[in-house]
Amino acid sequence: MNEIIETVTAICMVVITISIALLLYRVVKGPTNPDRAVALDAIGINLMGMAGLVAIMIATTRLNDVILLIGILLFIGTIALAKYLEKGVIIDRDD
Amino acid sequence: MVKTNDLILKTMTVLISFILFGFSVNLFFAGHNAPGGGFIGGLMTAAAIILMYMAYGERAINKVLPINYRTLLTIGLLIAIATGVGSFLFGEPFLSQTYDYFNFPIFGKMELATALLFDLGVYLTVIGVTMTIVLTISSDR
Repeated sequence: MNEIIETVTAICMVVITISIALLLYRVVKGPTNPDRAVALDAIGINLMGMAGLVAIMIATTRLNDVILLIGILLFIGTIALAKYLEKGVIIDRDD
Repeated sequence: MVKTNDLILKTMTVLISFILFGFSVNLFFAGHNAPGGGFIGGLMTAAAIILMYMAYGERAINKVLPINYRTLLTIGLLIAIATGVGSFLFGEPFLSQTYDYFNFPIFGKMELATALLFDLGVYLTVIGVTMTIVLTISSDR
């Protein structure tokens, strides 16, 4: 059972690495800035998956906070990028 | 420029910022024997406040949270110094920490450490510094 988990985790790690590499190609090559923003968002989600796989690999529960933290920071960063791309200002001044 | 309608963003912010405040308090209190602590808890609280600022704009949140973050920074530093100086009252060296066990009505027996008060100072200072930086940059023109 343990060997199955280790093998599957290693395979998933490789697949997520390939996914991040393809997304990095989109970040570098992306014709427009929204392409890059969406690709960075997806890279962050892949990082969350990667942190979960690392937590399985080293058999710890301490990384759960890290996964939640990456998700929160990713959400806030993507909102900030989207507001900048749409309005050119991140925090409205209302005056 | 046409006025945009951020209904989805504003509704989600109400829910998500409360989850973020809860998570930051959890991180703050978990810091003694789990990952977390004053620094990351303060950063999470600042992230929640920044999310509210991004969704609702500066004037609305200034009305909802009338906090002067420079004063908050000073209060945090004073708390951190006071926990260090307080050890002089018991004839101990500077920044000595101690702990004891207390019985609470609901939670039962809990360990209360004076390091939590120092962490509270770090927490308030981190919120103050982060919000001062962000709001100073955003109100620049």
